[in-house]
Amino acid sequence: MSSIGTGYDLSVSTYSPDGRVFQVEYAVKAVDNSGTAIGLRVKDGVVFAVEKLIQSKLLVPGSNRRIQTVDTHIGVATAGLLADGRHIINRARDEAENYRDTYRSPIPGKAIADRVGQYVQAYTLYSSARPFGSSTIIGTVDEEGPQLFMVEPSGVYWGKQVAKTEIEKLKLSEMTALDAVREATRIIYTVHDDAKDKEFELELSWVTVDNKRHQFVPTEIALEAERIAKETLNADMDDD
Amino acid sequence: MDHFPNYWGMPPQESFDRYNIFQDKTKNNAISDPTTNTKQPIVTGTSVIAFKYKDASFGSLARYREVERLYPVGEYTVLASSGDFSDFQYVKHTLDKIMTKEYYTNDGHILGTPHIYEYLSQVMYHRRSKLNPLWNAFVVGGYHNGEGYLGYVNLLGTTFQASTITTGIGMYMASPLLRKAVEGHEDTLTEAEAVDLVEQVMRVLYYRDSQSINRYQRAKITAQGVEISPLLSAPTDWSIGKDLRGYQ
Repeated sequence: MSSIGTGYDLSVSTYSPDGRVFQVEYAVKAVDNSGTAIGLRVKDGVVFAVEKLIQSKLLVPGSNRRIQTVDTHIGVATAGLLADGRHIINRARDEAENYRDTYRSPIPGKAIADRVGQYVQAYTLYSSARPFGSSTIIGTVDEEGPQLFMVEPSGVYWGKQVAKTEIEKLKLSEMTALDAVREATRIIYTVHDDAKDKEFELELSWVTVDNKRHQFVPTEIALEAERIAKETLNADMDDD
Repeated sequence: MDHFPNYWGMPPQESFDRYNIFQDKTKNNAISDPTTNTKQPIVTGTSVIAFKYKDASFGSLARYREVERLYPVGEYTVLASSGDFSDFQYVKHTLDKIMTKEYYTNDGHILGTPHIYEYLSQVMYHRRSKLNPLWNAFVVGGYHNGEGYLGYVNLLGTTFQASTITTGIGMYMASPLLRKAVEGHEDTLTEAEAVDLVEQVMRVLYYRDSQSINRYQRAKITAQGVEISPLLSAPTDWSIGKDLRGYQ
C-alpha cells in the first residue's frame, strides 16, 4: 500500500504521479474481497452463479440476493459491496424502463451495458463522489442471442468472453445452459476456500433462448448440480 | 415553409420562436391553440364480446385488417379493447411496465386478473376525472383462483362484472344472444359450444355493424394460460340479397 500517506488516494479527482487513480483501485479491491460471481454465455443462454458468503447464521436463507432481475430478460450478478450492487441494479432497472418508454421494446444487452457503464464511470469523476465498490455481470438473451457483459468500478465495460483459468478450459460455445449450471456450480465449489472463507449459499440463475426470461434455476436442478459438484470435489481430494 | 399547421394563416410574429417544438402549450399563447384533450377518437376498433363458459373465453371484432385488439397481460389475463387504438397502445405499455416491475420484484406474488382489472378501473376513472379520458371500453378477462373472471371498464370509469360482456354496438346486438346462450349455463357450456357461439355472434355483428369487416380474433383463457387465435372470419351468406326490393 505505497499509496497510503502520499495524499494521492484521497480523491477520485487526483492522479498519482505515475498516472493512477487510487480510489478506483481501492474499489476494485472491495470487489476482490467478496464472494465469486460467475457469468457463462453458452449456446442457448446465459448462466449466473454466485458464491454468497453468509454474514450471519441468523439470516433467513435466500436473503440479500446478489443476483437480481432487471426488466424481464436481463439478469445482473454483483460482486463487492452489496449495497452498491443494489444501487447499480436499481439504476439498471430505471434505464431498462426508460428504454421501453422511448423505444417501446425491451432494452438490448449492448444498450443496458452501455448505460450502466456510463453511470458507473460518472462516479469516478468528482471529488465529492466515490466509485462503486461493486462489479456487475449483466447477462441477457436479446435479438442477437445470448449476451454477457461486465461493468467494473472504473466504468470500463466489455462484452464478456472469459477471464478465469477455470472457465477458459470450458468449450462454452458447445455447452447447453444445463451443462453450464453444473460447471458454474463446480467452479464456485472449487474456488471456495473452506478454511479461510465463511459458509456460503449458492445462487444460480439463467436466461435461456427458449423463454428469454431471467429466472432462478429450479431447486431440483440446482440441488442436483450441487450434489455433482460436491462429488467431483471429493473425488479430486481423494486423488491428491 | 412553415412546418407547423398551428401557424398557417396567422400573421408572422418575429417575437415568437416558431421552431421551438417544446414551447409551453399550457400558456395560452394567442398564436397557438390552448391545450386540448381528446374530444373524439380517431383510429378506433368496434365491438368486443366476452363470456364465461366452463373456463373463460372471449371474442372480438377487428375494425382494421390485421390490427390486434386482444393483448395478453401476464399469464392468465387478456385485455381487449374497443375504441381509440392509440389509447389502447398506451394502456398496453403501462400494464407491461407494471407487470415487469412485479416480475423483477420476485416476491412470490403475481398480479392476477382482478388486480389488473382494479388497477385499470382506477386509471380510467382518474383520467375521466381529469377531463382527459382514455377513449376506450375495455374488457379484462382471465382465470384466477380456479374460476373465470370478466370485467368491463369504459372511458367514464364505469365498471361492472358479469358472465357476458359486450362493448360498442355489440352491447345492443350481441348482448341478448350471449345472455340467452350463456347465463345460467356458465358451468355446463363446453368449449366447442363456446367457439360456435363466438362465430354466430361475430356473424351477426358483421351483418349488422356497418363499421365492421369480417375479421375477428378469439382468446381463450384457462388454467393452462392464454391462447389467442389468428385472425378468423365467420362464413356468411348473402344469397338473399338478390331478392331484396325497394332499397335502390
